[in-house]
Parts: sequence; C-alpha cells; structure tokens
Amino acid sequence: MLLQNLAILVLAGFVGFAVISKVPNTLHTPLMSGTNAIHGIVLLGGLIVLGLGTEGVLNKVLLVIAIAFGTINVVGGFLVTDRMLAMFKEKPKETAKEGDK
Amino acid sequence: MTTLIAVLYIISFSLFIYGLMGLTGPRTAVRGNWIAAVGMAIAVIATLLLPGMGNWWLIALGIVLGTVVGVPAARRVKMTAMPQMVALFNGVGGGAVALIAWVEFRDTAGYAHEPLYVAIASLFAAIVGSISFWGSNIAFGKLQEILPGKPITVGRLQQPLNIVVLVAAVAFAVAIAAGATSEWLIIGVLVAAAGFGLMVVLPIGGADMPVVISLLNAMTGLSAAAMGLALNNTALIVAGMIVGASGSILTNLMAKAMNRSIPAIIAGGFGGSTGPSGGAGDGEERPVRSTSAADTAIQMAYASKVVVVPGYGMAVAQAQHAVREMADLLESKGIEVLYAIHPVAGRMPGHMNVLLAEADVPYESLKEMDEANSQFPQTDVALVIGANDVTNPAAQSDPSSPIYGMPILQVNASRSVIVLKRGMSSGFAGIENELFHDPKTSMLFGDAKASVAEIVEELKNL
Repeated sequence: MLLQNLAILVLAGFVGFAVISKVPNTLHTPLMSGTNAIHGIVLLGGLIVLGLGTEGVLNKVLLVIAIAFGTINVVGGFLVTDRMLAMFKEKPKETAKEGDK
Repeated sequence: MTTLIAVLYIISFSLFIYGLMGLTGPRTAVRGNWIAAVGMAIAVIATLLLPGMGNWWLIALGIVLGTVVGVPAARRVKMTAMPQMVALFNGVGGGAVALIAWVEFRDTAGYAHEPLYVAIASLFAAIVGSISFWGSNIAFGKLQEILPGKPITVGRLQQPLNIVVLVAAVAFAVAIAAGATSEWLIIGVLVAAAGFGLMVVLPIGGADMPVVISLLNAMTGLSAAAMGLALNNTALIVAGMIVGASGSILTNLMAKAMNRSIPAIIAGGFGGSTGPSGGAGDGEERPVRSTSAADTAIQMAYASKVVVVPGYGMAVAQAQHAVREMADLLESKGIEVLYAIHPVAGRMPGHMNVLLAEADVPYESLKEMDEANSQFPQTDVALVIGANDVTNPAAQSDPSSPIYGMPILQVNASRSVIVLKRGMSSGFAGIENELFHDPKTSMLFGDAKASVAEIVEELKNL
C-alpha cells in the first residue's frame, strides 16, 4: 500500500511540473489561485475522518471546523480565480480600440 | 462501490490536470478553472459514497459554514486585495490539514496501532499545515496592512530562535513516532510549528510577500499529499502533490525574478536589520525635481511614445481606470502608449496584468520586462505610477545595494521620467531610489488616482 501510494505521489509530482512549467507570466496569479483552490482537496480528509466515525465532542468540533476551512479553500479559491480570469476573457483583437460592448 | 469511487477519483484527477492545462493560456483559462472545479465536486461526491459514511448532519454543517463564509468573501473582495485573499484561502487549507492530523492522533490514541509511516506522514502534515496556517495569516495581515509591512525581527537572535522552535516541533513529533502517546505532545507539535510559521513570516518585508505566499501554497499542497498517505486516499495524494510541484516552480520563478534566493528570503528581512551599507544612508537631503499635473500632461501630449510603469501604488490607489482613460486620450492624439510590466510589480506576479485587464487595457499593450527594456531608449516619457524598487538603477550600478543584480525596468534609459508617488518614502525594500534624483526625472507628488485624474483633465483642455 505504502509503495503504491509513494509511486502515485512521485508521478503526481512530475505531472505537476510538466503541466505548470508552460504557464505565461501573466497568468501566474490566477494559476496560484487555481492551484490554491485545488489543495482545498483536504476537505476530503475531513469528510473521511468525520464520516467514518470519530468519538468525542472535541473531535467532532475540530473536524467540522476542518471541513468548513476546506470548503472555504475550495469554494473561495475557485470563485476568486474565476473573477480574476474573467478579466482575461479574449477581446476581439482588431476591434479592441473601439472599446468593448 | 469502492471500484466506482476509484473510477470517480480517476475522472476527477483527469479533470484537475486538464483544467490546469487550460489555466496555462488566457483563452482557455476560465474554462480550465471550472473544469478543475467540476473535478473537485466529483472528488467530494465520490468520497461521500464511501461505505460506512455517517455524521451527515455535521458534514453538512461544516460545508454550509464554509460556503457561507467563503462565497461572499470571494465575491466581495476587491481586485487589489486579491493577494491577501489567496493567502487567507491558502491558510485555511493548511489549518484544515493541521486539525485533521490532530484528530487522527486522538482517534488512534497517538498512532498506537498504526504503521510507522502513517504516524510520520500525519505528523509531517501537522507541522507543515500549522506553519502554513499561521504563516499565511501573517502574510494576510501584512498585505491587508493590519500588521506593518516592514520586517519585524528580534535582531540577531531571530535565526537561532527559529531553528530552536522548529527543532522543538520535530522533537515532539519524533517522540510521538517513537511511541509516546501523551496528547500534550501533538499540541506541542502544532504550537511549535505555529510559532515557527509566525516567526518566519513576520520578519519578511512586503516586497518578498508574493514569494512567501507561493511557498506557503506549495507547502499546503505537500501537507495535503502527506495527509493522503496517512489516510490512504489517492485523491489527496494526487491533488496535493500536483499543487506542491506547481507551487515550487512558481516560487522559484518569482524568487529568480527578484534575484533573491528562497533561503535568503526565509532567513529574514530585506538586507537584514543590520542595514544595507552604502547607497541608502548617504545623500538624504539630495534635491528632487517636482512637477505639476499640467506640465506632465503637456510633456506627454508632445511625446510620440509614452510607457506607463505601474506598481503597487497604482493598485492601492485603484488608479487603473484613470490610467486607461489617460491612455485613450493620448492614443487619440496619435501617441503610442505601452505598459511595462515587471514580473514582481505589485504583490504577486501578474498583479498588474489583472488590474489593467480590469480596466480593459488591451492585452497587446502590456509588455514584459525584456521587451519593455528594449523600448525605453526610444521612449519620450516613462510614467512611473507607484512603482519603486523595480525601477531602481542601483540594482545595476551599485554592488553594495541589497537589490544589486535584481532585473529592473530601465526607465532611466528613456528621454524623461515622471514618477507619480505619494511622498519620498522608500519602497518595501526600504532603500532609496537613485532614479528619483536623476536629472531626467521629475516627481509628481500625490495620490496616484488623483494625480492621473488631474492629468486627464489637463489633457482634455489641451
């Protein structure tokens, strides 16, 4: 199990390098924001630990907070990225000077 | 059921990767972001399908709470406040990891019956998650100007103290991994890591903040991946690791653009509290030439090429719309207007691009550093709006300057330079800018938005 997971870990790292290294400067902020949203995947960790059963009030409170944090990370991250990117929507190159709709 | 979950996870990874590939081009980026979001939704649904899931009300409570807080925050934040928003979202992600690691410890009575690797991965996640949470919150506080942007240090003791705190966190973790089960140990791990996060980010000056946020982003990704190893969850491993890898690349790119090494940034404030030698101290009272909005307008109206150099000052003053209006007026007079974008102008790479795009500045007018530098010698007026360190010629001419070697926009190569600035204060690097004393340079003091608006009025009257 561990070795299998480690293999996945290493391969995922290379995928990350390969996919990201081609991003133009301009898109770095949205990209950072987008990857930021993706690590909101920690939400799943909270779901698993809480959903599969945990004892005690403190544990439950901590996990509800963790799930709330993870959700903020995911939802906020994708929305903010979308708002940034909305500004990069392609404008017709020739008519750019006439202003936009 | 487990097969279905595995298949759904695989679909969601493909969507993450495909979405990120989309984020690499302006044309596909919006779609890419939503593709990744769909991937996330699928991963969440798949996880909820796990056999034996329960505590539905609490799960719903957490998700609702997060949505109620996250959605309005993301919708209302101003474009200028984006960097700190990213820092905050990053921080809560790290916080979630740290909390989960803590509960894992409690659930398993100190990993008593778990394989060693689970303990190690979980403790790693606890340390890194806690550092990321507290570090990001400090970054947020600094960018939001709740905390001073200048480096805050305890002097020479800073680095030894940082190391002591980090060693303490690791020592607690080693004790747990070796079999100790006292809950105080995991609390010690979290608190010491929190202290390390606070102490490392507090001394870092505002100029280095983009690099720090990027680094913390990568760290949160790694902590998520470690948590995935501990929980044996492929989705966490894959998504976390992709973020870890991409964040590292971005961090490196940013650090390179500033000619700073990542260890040097982590090690403390710009130039250190010992103070940079030369350059800064001498010539405090040297004269600068100040100018008026009317003169600036006239100077630009008779130019054939104007290059706007935006910086953080433009973002703070929200001057981008006024700048666009000014550029339109100049262009209607047949003057070529370009924008020179330094990779680290503002607080994040691409910060200026986002702001100018918001004001509908055409994408093609934005020139990256190398291209801009080849334009300056043919430029009549370089209009510097709230940028400072990225234009400081000392980076090229003064080996004793703390920013020596940093690539800059060579605005001093243009025929004349007009700097819009609130006052003579130094930039975030805390060093004086030679440019302001250059005989070609005139200063237009005041709020960037108000100054540009005045220039626009003057241009209309010409």
